[in-house]
This record gives sequence, C-alpha cells and structure tokens, in this order.
Amino acid sequence: MAEYQNIFTAVQARGPLEMGAHSTDMEYRAGKPFLSWLVGKIGYAQFGPIHLGYMGVLTIVSFTLWLNIIGLNMLASVGWDPIEFIRQLFWLSLEPPNAKYGLSLFIPLNEGGWYMIASFFFLIGLISFWIRVYQRALALGMGTHVAWGIAAGFWLILVLGLFRPIAMGSWAEMVPYGIFPHLDWTTAFSLKYGNLFYNPFHALSITFLYGSALLFAMHGGTILAVGHLGGEREIDQIVDRGTATERAALFWRWTMGFNASMESIHRWAWWFAVLTPITGGIGILLTGTVVDNWYLWAVEHSYAPTYPQVYDPIAVDPAAMGGN
Amino acid sequence: MSEENPGFWERATKQPFIEWFPTKIVVITLVGFVIAFAYGPLGLPLKSEKTQVGFRGTGMVELTERGAYKAVLASVEAIPESDEPIEFVEGDQLASEVYENVQVLGHISADNFNRVMAAITEWVAPEEGCAYCHGEDGNFASDDLYTKVVSRRMIQMTQTVNSQWQDHVKQTGVTCYTCHRGQNVPGAIWFDETPVQAGMLGWRNGQNVSSPRVASASLPSGVFEKYLVGDANIRVISGQTNSDATGMNIKDTEHTFGLMIHMSTSLGVNCANCHNTRSMNVWEQGPPQRTTAWYGIRMVRELNNAYLNPLQPVYPPHRLGPTGDAPKANCATCHRGVNKPLMGTPMLVNYPELAAPAPQQQAMAN
Repeated sequence: MAEYQNIFTAVQARGPLEMGAHSTDMEYRAGKPFLSWLVGKIGYAQFGPIHLGYMGVLTIVSFTLWLNIIGLNMLASVGWDPIEFIRQLFWLSLEPPNAKYGLSLFIPLNEGGWYMIASFFFLIGLISFWIRVYQRALALGMGTHVAWGIAAGFWLILVLGLFRPIAMGSWAEMVPYGIFPHLDWTTAFSLKYGNLFYNPFHALSITFLYGSALLFAMHGGTILAVGHLGGEREIDQIVDRGTATERAALFWRWTMGFNASMESIHRWAWWFAVLTPITGGIGILLTGTVVDNWYLWAVEHSYAPTYPQVYDPIAVDPAAMGGN
Repeated sequence: MSEENPGFWERATKQPFIEWFPTKIVVITLVGFVIAFAYGPLGLPLKSEKTQVGFRGTGMVELTERGAYKAVLASVEAIPESDEPIEFVEGDQLASEVYENVQVLGHISADNFNRVMAAITEWVAPEEGCAYCHGEDGNFASDDLYTKVVSRRMIQMTQTVNSQWQDHVKQTGVTCYTCHRGQNVPGAIWFDETPVQAGMLGWRNGQNVSSPRVASASLPSGVFEKYLVGDANIRVISGQTNSDATGMNIKDTEHTFGLMIHMSTSLGVNCANCHNTRSMNVWEQGPPQRTTAWYGIRMVRELNNAYLNPLQPVYPPHRLGPTGDAPKANCATCHRGVNKPLMGTPMLVNYPELAAPAPQQQAMAN
C-alpha cells in the first residue's frame, strides 16, 4: 500500500526495447532506445527513440537560435565575463526595442534588433513545435487534444509578444527575455493599466490556474489511493468499472456529494488547463487596447467597492491644484 | 509487513494513537519550522513593525524597519547641543559690521553669527574645525577654499528649503545636520552614472543591472538623472477608463517604478505609505503623505538644479563623480531610511537664521 504514496514510482516498468507502433514515417525515428533506471523512476524505463522529422529539426534549430541570441547578448552585456554572467544571470535580459521604433522591422541590432531576430526564431519554434505535436497525434491515430492544449498556451504567448504589440502599434510592448526583467515588466504592466487585479479575465485565469492545481491534486491523489486495486488503469475502467473506480467515486460522493467519472475528470482537467491561458490572453489583449485603467473600469461596473475615507487631511493632487 | 514486526502504517491503523504517534519528532519539527521561517526567510519579528493605517481589509499597512530606525535614533542622539539665539539689543553690532565678506548672514548680530558658525562646525566639520572652510592662515574673509564657497551656497539652500518648501519640510525644517550628520560630505549623495559603451551586442537600455539605486531590482537605474534633475513626467496611469492621454508605455512605467522604489527604500516605507493599495493614481483614497512626497520630488529637483549642480566648477576633482559631475541629493540624502529625517526632530528651533533668506527675515521682523 505504502509504495503508491511515494513521490517516485516504486515499480520499474521495464519491457523489451521497442521502436513503437509501425507507421509510414518510421525513418524519422532518431536514436537507439535504451533502458534507464532514472527514467524508470518517473515513468516507463525505456528512453528513445525520438521522432524528429522536419518539424522537430526546425523546432530545435529555432529554439536554439532564440536561446543563444539571448544568451550571447546577456554575455556581451557583462563584457563577456562568464563569472559575471552567472552572478548577474537573474538580472540580465535581452530588451525589446524602445517605443520610438513603433512597428518598424528595421531596428538597429543593438537597440532591439537582436530582440526582434530572437523573437522571430521563437515564433518559428512555436509554430513548428505545434505542427509537430499535431502531426504526431494524427500519425498515432489519436485525437489532437494535446495540440490544442499547447495552442492555448501559445495563444497567451502570442498575445503578449505579437498580437497586443501590433494592436498597440509598438514592439516596445513586448516582454523582455530575462528572469527579473520579465517580472518587473509584469509588475509595470499592472501598474500602468491601473491594477490588473481588477481585470475580470485576469481573475478568471487565476481561477482556472488554481483550479487546475486543485483538480490535478484531487485526481492524482485519488488514483494513487486506489492504485493497489489497479486504479491507475483508468482507461479500462471507463468501460469496465472495477472496485478501484467504485471506491474512488464513492470517496468523492461521500466527501462532496458528487463525483466525476473516469472520463469526465480528464475533461475537467483539460478545460481548466486550457482556459487558464485562453482567459488570461483575452485579459491581456483588452489591456491598453480597450481598457486603459482596470481600477476605474471596476468602479464603473460596481466591481470595486467603495471604502470610507479615513485619512485626515484628504490627500490632494498638487498638480490638479495648479502646482507644476 | 509481517505479524512479528508490523510496519508503521500497519501500526498506525491498528494500535492506539499514543503507541505509534511520533509526538517528539513532530513537535520538534514544527517548532523548528516556525522559528526558522519567522526569523529566517520572513525575518518579520526582527526586521519590521506593522501598523494598520487604512480602512480594515484594504491592506493599508505601514512598515517600520527596525534597523534603519535604530541607526537614525543614534543620529538623533548625536545631534549637537544648541544654544538659544541671543536676543538682539539696540546697539549690538551686525555680523557685516564686524566681519568682512559676510554675504549671506550679514544681517544678524555678530554674536548670533558666531553661534551659527560654531553650530555649522559641529554639524559639518567637527574634527577639522573652523580651518575646514577658513584655512589655517587666520584670514577668515578669504574665499580661497572651495569649502567656504560651497558652505555659503549651502546656507542659502537651507534657507530656501525652510522658507519655500514648507509643503515638504513643514515646520520641522532642516539644518546642515539633517544631511551632513557630522560628516564633511553627507553620507547619501549620488553622481551621474557612467554611460555604457555600446557595441554590437549586449544592449541594456539603462536597466537589468543589480543597481543599489533601485534596491537591486533590475529596473532602470537612471531615475535620478531623469526625475531628480530632469523633469520627465512621472505619471503613467490613465485617468480615463477607455482612453489614455498620458503617452506613457510599460517601459516608462518601469522608470517611474524605479523612482518609487528609491523613495520607498530611502524612507523605509512600503507603497502604502503614500498610495492606497487599490489604485496607484487615485489621490483622495490614499494617505496625505503622498502630497508631501510630491513636493519633495520637486524640492530635490530644484535643489539639484539651482544649488548643487551649479557648484560643479567650484569643487576639486576628488569631490566630483566619475563623469566629472557635482555631488547631488536624492530622498535618501535627508531621510536615511526613515519616513521623517531624524525622526522628525525639530531642527530650526534655535536657528531662525536658517529659516529664511535675509530680506524675508527682516520682513518678518518688521
């Protein structure tokens, strides 16, 4: 019983090495498969082969170029000093061009040009990665749920880095490629547009994000809890409910009145996960284009409450009083 | 899990609670966690005090940093003793009648002039004494030393602050000690940043370094040059729901953010000291300190442009910054980590001479 409550899988799932189901594009499978104890700790113990294909190669090349343009610019910004690069890594960034260049595609390399080139490769990488995931699903006769889930995430990325900047008329709206810098950007975004917490789509996105975590924990916990009864064989149990399903279902019906089915819990999870970036992206796209001050929007729509004035004296804006 | 040697979970399900529960380990672990977190990563009991200042539930909490508080308390205790002004009696000689080349304080009595001079020595050059400005040769009228020329201008600056910027310094006022605290050069000054050589790669756009100016954030660090010398627009938030006439973008916001972080660390306060937690740009729902701070920014800007920067040619090279600029002031120059410099100790009580420039003082006396 106890082994199913551990972080790592206690049973090494090992079988004879296999190349996977036969399909027309066998030749794109790269690498000789091997068994790995470490991989077996977190999943099935076989590693490889990987399906590369044109899209896989394009993805790797694009993301590698994107990452290296960022990395080399960061390294240059500390005078090519590897020690300083590591020491300041969290502060370093590749910055988008300033607003004076608008939506121009001819930007000096060292004033955002590199950023635009890196972003171009990032875009190619995203698209080719998505096509690859979509094609792999079709090749295996699967549904394309994973591809559309990834597309939802890419929607948010593209709203931040492409659609909204175009709507705002400036590449300066794009997010810097750096660890602290992108966090500062996020705070500045909220500050600029009058507190993003009053953006209802932001609220929805957080709801789905936290909901995803909750559902993931509930589902994972439930299945592990009936693992010793074969509960992890979920797909079988969609059509042939065994004692594991019965117990898992009854557990939640006793606890909260109703239970998801073996199939519907995955719909719950997929929709919560997918709606997180979809709603978030809508919220970002509306910001600065349709709504410029979310606090005022919330006041106008009776979404932000009014609190009693408690300060004495009441603060006045000296600029409004004729100050300079 | 055999019968002879049952495992932990087996015992936990079958034996009485007291038999198997590892009370000691759990209690020790919990206490350890609480102590480690409270004093370690959170550091709250040691570092700061919190006070509710706004309506309940709005998160309007003011923080007081204990470290800065203690340091300033020491500065307050070190304020030199001061004598009351000597009453002007008919027939007393004026400073300008007794001494040569008294340009700023010539209108006060010689006795009071000497008292103020002695106080300035205590405030600025307690170790070097009069010679720091007046030299060793006994010619007190000479303007040969740069320190004297700077001091004269600083007295005028102090008078300006106390008479024209009461919106910021209120009746508390400032003296030389507010910034100098017994040192020749105030402890918190700033110089222009050295411009970065541009190459083919590695553009930083004036940010993304761990700059102490902005509390080691990766925010733009050139905020003193931009706002405390230049008068760039600080306001970035639109006052309209569906339109934006500010012309400011997210990058501009990062600059404003950087200035605000400087103010926050200089005063040892959080955002809620001036702003309400819900909307940064709404004035009437926030604390009145914001108005004081607004005047403070304008005051520092005037002091840098009218008094500190123009002294650049007067200074010897070792007093200048890396780009050859004069030392300048920001919020930290006076505040030093607390919201009221020197805990709000009234500085002007015994120094009416520093409260206003000469003509104004005479006008008040009449």
